Amino acid sequence: MGTGNFETTIGLEVHVEMQTNSKLLSPSPVHYGDQPNENTNVIDFGYPGVLPVANKGALEFGMRAALALNATISPYIRWDRKNYFYPDNPKAYQTTQSQTPIGTNGYLDVNLEDGTVKRIRIKEMHVEEDAGKNTHGTDGYSYVDLNRQGTPLIEIVSEPDISSPDEAYAYLEQLRQAILFTGISEAKMQEGQMRADVNISIRPYGSKEYGTKVEMKNINSFNYVRNALIFEEKRQAEVLRSGGVIQQETRRYNEPTKSTILMRVKEGADDYRYFPEPDLSPVVIDQEWIDHVAAELPKSAFERQNDYVSRLGIEQYDAEVLTQTLAMADFYDATILAGADAKRAANYLIGDVNAYMNKHQVELQETKLTPQHLAGMIKLIEAGTISTKQAKQVFEAIMAGEEPEAFAKKNGLVQISDPDILLGWITEVLDNNPQSIEDFKGGKDRATGYLIGQLMKMSKGQANPGIMNKMLLEELAKR
Amino acid sequence: MSDTTISKEEVAHVASLAKLAFNDDELVQFTTQLGDILNIFNTLAEVNTDDVQPTYSVTKNVNHLRNDIANNWEQKQELLSNAPLSSAGLIKVPAILDGEGE
Repeated sequence: MGTGNFETTIGLEVHVEMQTNSKLLSPSPVHYGDQPNENTNVIDFGYPGVLPVANKGALEFGMRAALALNATISPYIRWDRKNYFYPDNPKAYQTTQSQTPIGTNGYLDVNLEDGTVKRIRIKEMHVEEDAGKNTHGTDGYSYVDLNRQGTPLIEIVSEPDISSPDEAYAYLEQLRQAILFTGISEAKMQEGQMRADVNISIRPYGSKEYGTKVEMKNINSFNYVRNALIFEEKRQAEVLRSGGVIQQETRRYNEPTKSTILMRVKEGADDYRYFPEPDLSPVVIDQEWIDHVAAELPKSAFERQNDYVSRLGIEQYDAEVLTQTLAMADFYDATILAGADAKRAANYLIGDVNAYMNKHQVELQETKLTPQHLAGMIKLIEAGTISTKQAKQVFEAIMAGEEPEAFAKKNGLVQISDPDILLGWITEVLDNNPQSIEDFKGGKDRATGYLIGQLMKMSKGQANPGIMNKMLLEELAKR
Repeated sequence: MSDTTISKEEVAHVASLAKLAFNDDELVQFTTQLGDILNIFNTLAEVNTDDVQPTYSVTKNVNHLRNDIANNWEQKQELLSNAPLSSAGLIKVPAILDGEGE
């Protein structure tokens, strides 16, 4: 890919907030949406004399991410300070792992639209801390909320292996899924839990040297990333074609115009004046610890898809829908474990449950549905105890947290398949409707429809329609 | 103090990274002082350290870590009362217009 005579080189640095209970360096809770500065203490505020202690859970989440992305976990980590002055971080430095990243030399195999698979190498991964959040007022002030300050991040730095905006998009989507299935983050874009810094350069085909790269920071939508890259690809080609020079600079993506705007000419890396963090002890990671973390790592989306297709006989497309989120895949696994038919369970989750979540704008874990209840309803259908039509009512009940069997019984939603009972009703209806029997014998199909209507009325809709139909025809033939 | 190891421009640059503004007299003063400090490092650099591992931590402690348990120390009000300005639970700072930061 590329533009005209140029080929494009893209690298991505993705930051994902890890959903630990507490922050990277302080025990303050990590929780989105709380009152401003509720989850802060003297460490988060960067008071002098505090002695932070690193969160073991955050390191283990970082190890999970490294394992999921096939990276080598560093046996020895020490922390570094990246110095910068900005009100979103009152410490005036970010604690990071610039010299000893937790993971190195990983990769992600990305499925591209043309059906090919491209391996995007991952250079390194760092556990580091997020900054607070600024809101810019119109009154000459900015307002700072430090709840997010110190939230652990995993930073995932790709090699410049991405050669088009579409590839960047595919990489981000599949990276997000890989991270989701480690269980370390829900990577909610709208809550800023996943953000990308992108860099892009172009060079004439055949040129050995990369072009000068331009960076765009903190883009929190995959579409914006793609649009920004499309714009930059074109802009840089126009600059070069007209004999100009690309500046090494930081630009900002502006969605309304789908264009990028110059922010500043980039500071050199030296300007961050990295130095070793003296307040935190180094971390030694041995194989035993890695094995322990690996044992806790949930199965990947890819592994689950294969399992659903080969073991459960689910269509590939359905398997992909079921593995869009870890919550959905875990729910499906638990529903199967509770004894549900695999295909029915898949159909309910992909269809009715997804529709319910969309309609009410809720996540699966926010509903009252449990795998046991879904499996219970499916078992009632499989056993012929309730009809699929009656199941609609039961479905609404289990979404409201009710136990399916108890609900069906309480509401008379029980399908009657007992031939003795059905025969009694059929005999009564036929005896009362001699004209319909005549009509049936005269070849009028409508007559059976009328009789079935009468039978349904008599059974209060509880007669098993399949069995009743068959028996009715048998009885009509006898008359 | 003979070799000045830092230029006036470098001092001005480092000052700007630290959001500090100096007048010309101050720049000259700090350039001299920082130059003196750096010259001490020049002296230290005369020691042969070929076989010495860099020291990143002065203790032998490793893996001094905390389990991932949240604990809210409830310091919000105290911390905010120490901020020069605050409003509705937020720290109020002069407007940031340059779009910098991480």
